[in-house]
Amino acid sequence: MPSTFSYQFDTPSHKGITEFSTGLFINGEFVDGSENSTIDVINPATGKLITKISQGTPKDVDRAVAAAQHAFETSWGLKCPGAERAKLMNKLADLMEEHEDELAAVEALDNGKTFYWAKNADLKGAIDCIRYYAGWADKIQGKTIETNDGKLVYTRHEPLGVVGQIIPWNFPLLMLSWKIGPALATGNAIVLKPSEFTPLSALLTAKLAKEAGFPPGVFNVVNGYGATVGAAIAEHMDIEKVAFTGSTLVGRKIMEAAAKTNLKKVTLELGGKSPNIIFDDADLEAAVNWAAFGIFWNQGQTCCAGSRIFVHAKIYDEFLHLFTEKAKQVKVGDPFHPDSKQGPQVSNAQFDRIMSYIDSGKDEGATVHHGGVRVGDEGYFISPTIFTDTRPDMKIVKEEIFGPVGVVIKFDDDEDVIRQANDTVYGLACSVFSQNINRALETAHKLKAGTAWVNCANMLHASVPFGGFKQSGIGRELGDYTAVKAVHVNFGHQWSVA
Amino acid sequence: MSKFTQVNVPATGKTISVPTGLFINNEFVPSVDSQETIQCINPATEEPICSVVAGSAKDVDVAVAAARSALKTTWGKNVSGFERSRLLNKLADLIERDAQELAELEALNNGKPVKIARDFDIGDSVGCLRYYAGWADKIVGQSIDIDNKTKLAFTKHEPIGVCGQIIPWNYPIMMWAWKVAPALACGCTIVMKPSEFTPLTALKLSELVVEAGFPPGVVNTVPALGSVGGAALAAHPGVDKIAFTGSTVTGRKIMEAAAKSNLKKVSLELGGKSPQLIFESADIDQAANWAALGILYNTGQDCTAGSRVYVQDSIYDKFLQTLIEKAKALNIGNGFDEKSGGGPVVSKVQYDKIWSYIDAGKQEGAKCVLGGEKRPGKGYFVDPTIFTEIKPGMKIVKDEIFGPVLSVGRFKTEEEAINLANDTTYGLGAGLHSNDAGQCMRVSQALEAGTVWVNQYNLLYNNVPFGGKKQSGIGRELGSYALDEYTSVKAIQWNYGEKLDWPL
Repeated sequence: MPSTFSYQFDTPSHKGITEFSTGLFINGEFVDGSENSTIDVINPATGKLITKISQGTPKDVDRAVAAAQHAFETSWGLKCPGAERAKLMNKLADLMEEHEDELAAVEALDNGKTFYWAKNADLKGAIDCIRYYAGWADKIQGKTIETNDGKLVYTRHEPLGVVGQIIPWNFPLLMLSWKIGPALATGNAIVLKPSEFTPLSALLTAKLAKEAGFPPGVFNVVNGYGATVGAAIAEHMDIEKVAFTGSTLVGRKIMEAAAKTNLKKVTLELGGKSPNIIFDDADLEAAVNWAAFGIFWNQGQTCCAGSRIFVHAKIYDEFLHLFTEKAKQVKVGDPFHPDSKQGPQVSNAQFDRIMSYIDSGKDEGATVHHGGVRVGDEGYFISPTIFTDTRPDMKIVKEEIFGPVGVVIKFDDDEDVIRQANDTVYGLACSVFSQNINRALETAHKLKAGTAWVNCANMLHASVPFGGFKQSGIGRELGDYTAVKAVHVNFGHQWSVA
Repeated sequence: MSKFTQVNVPATGKTISVPTGLFINNEFVPSVDSQETIQCINPATEEPICSVVAGSAKDVDVAVAAARSALKTTWGKNVSGFERSRLLNKLADLIERDAQELAELEALNNGKPVKIARDFDIGDSVGCLRYYAGWADKIVGQSIDIDNKTKLAFTKHEPIGVCGQIIPWNYPIMMWAWKVAPALACGCTIVMKPSEFTPLTALKLSELVVEAGFPPGVVNTVPALGSVGGAALAAHPGVDKIAFTGSTVTGRKIMEAAAKSNLKKVSLELGGKSPQLIFESADIDQAANWAALGILYNTGQDCTAGSRVYVQDSIYDKFLQTLIEKAKALNIGNGFDEKSGGGPVVSKVQYDKIWSYIDAGKQEGAKCVLGGEKRPGKGYFVDPTIFTEIKPGMKIVKDEIFGPVLSVGRFKTEEEAINLANDTTYGLGAGLHSNDAGQCMRVSQALEAGTVWVNQYNLLYNNVPFGGKKQSGIGRELGSYALDEYTSVKAIQWNYGEKLDWPL
């Protein structure tokens, strides 16, 4: 029997108890992993153990897939009308809303993001997403297509079957909702692997999904490592699609594995090095606020973070001054303290990685204009960091750092800044700041990115597609979980060989 | 008149509180200039239930002004799709919570059995609200390339505005939901005129609109006589669109009034004389079940009632015998009696109208093989009535009777069947029963009706569009198509690069 995690929150931001099983959630039950092994879950604010959770294995993935398949063929898929799927999804959203503070607290504890942001961004976004997709469940429509008088031809948009979903640690619950929302709405059954760094909110959500009344096997959670459980999902012969959000490096492996096994459908949400272009006719104060939000929000652990900030020479000095003041105002500390604006990075490994990028910036000759240091001596806190005087070939300019590290670059040529902005293998998002609408739209259209923000940054809505150009990904979230079948019914066309 | 009245429910010994005022700006108010009231009658007992305020043309003005104000401030483009979705879902939850009470009130006022009102009318209505709640945050337009250098065009599907909605007495709650749900989902505000015969549930539902949290003025309810309130809405310069369900006669007047006033957009769900074709390969027992349902459900008071059945010669006698047995099996009685599968017709006016058609049928020489005899005692009960040996020119074959009165004819060939079926100015529904797939496809393509049922009849779903061809109506309700009725497309053409030389 897996153990129950029971935790008493007693913080300035939240007080209350949370309690849920630490097992794998398969076929509607919480169970031990097949090897009875566990994974440690660490609190990034302190570096100390929160709890241990069951570790899944490829065998457990098999069990989950079998349960999902059975559910798909009997109680879910096309056996369950869209309106009924909608009802269950809305019930889950209602339960998540009832437990909103509890979920936000668990998320802040596990990931390190501040309770304030967990509640006001992550939870709100996740609940809205589930509700948005619940609304689609009975609206999956095909077309009737005219061919000739003797035939009826129509398309059906059928669920794929069992889908595998691998989610990251930066927005655990939000990413979970982006994945399960469209998959459940279209009638698919799910085997989901949360990140081994941040498994807790997924387990609490599984408890709520059970309470909502989803038939057993429709939604399964298999915690485990990428190299074992993640690979097992990518290689599984009975999984029809794998949806992955994470690094470009791992994304390639997933796609390879899919190609080598059953050619399962693949959607990938990968990294980014998103440009933020601030023209001289921008509303400077607004641009500074958005630029800070763009790179420092969520401790910089955002795939669409505006990490390369291009500032027109005319306003460069003033921008840098104001931007630095903003960075100074970001209070880094305990996620549960109401004054904290930024928490710790998610793990020791991420902390080391970000610090090594900061070192490389220094080594390659860039200027640390602000920050660049650890904060405190407990937990994985890093100061908001600003680099200037960079060259395009520097690692901190080319590679995704995934931390609160922004690179500010001066420009004075409109055409050239667009070229520089596009000079990356990534293409997830971009921001453009200008009060001249012509300039703003022209630039937004020329930037190669899946999302272009004009005079804002990082704004996401459940109803708006999100995804990457180039090596930032394949497919769109909030996207495709159906297989189109064309049905031709011949009712009059006689076939003759002569 | 006091603001609330306690309506007695004899069968349960309890009372239901019903607001009696006009519902404007989230409050129940008296008429601004009239003392007129509407008396509601229980059609099973012919006894009065209660009276409510009858709205005047001036009251319609007040309601329209409230709706316009809400559209400009708290609703329309000022409220997000997410918020509209949330409120619609909340309203659905409340109706579900109060389903039993609403069903009893509906049964008292309309006559239909309580269990049918609760499980079908109200069940479907809750589903309808939830379905449109799901659309509210998905009203999308298109982005359209002109050239990729200097211009962008995109469309917005904006709320059409203040909508006048006039609903009938046959499915008071369900017709209310079909109108309210898509209008609110699209961001429109509403002045609803329920039927003067059955205003009570619309008033009770208005209480739930407040409880759900809709801002004042978004939904307004003005019970009134058609010739007063309905006419005022149809002609009102402050109403952007009128949606009407009712008779074709009244539908014409509405469209005329719209044309003469401000060319408001019009959608109409009118009458029908829907045919069902029974082919020789059909499963006779099943087809008879569906044919019985088609004419007897809701005691024939259904715009899509399958009021003409044509049977292929080779199976005519067998089918007719089966159908007569099926019709006899239906228990028509008081809506609070568990045994009742159908209730009385809604009013004396309707009762008299139906009987005059039955008399006409006999006089014009059709053969009455079932029913045709009045029941003694109280209540507007009409028993299932079947006429055979019909001819195309007969009144019972041409006119919509809106009661449980069926005309049965016969045909030899498929072509003859199709012609008989289409020989009507109406085009709302049609049914065909056959086990020949090719025949099903050919005939369903050929029938001139907005809904063609194949091997079934009458069943509707919130996500499938519904509406009439020919003189049965304009526009579609339900499904994604209803959204088109409550949105108006604006194309925004944006130049960000072209300089204009002048003079040309």
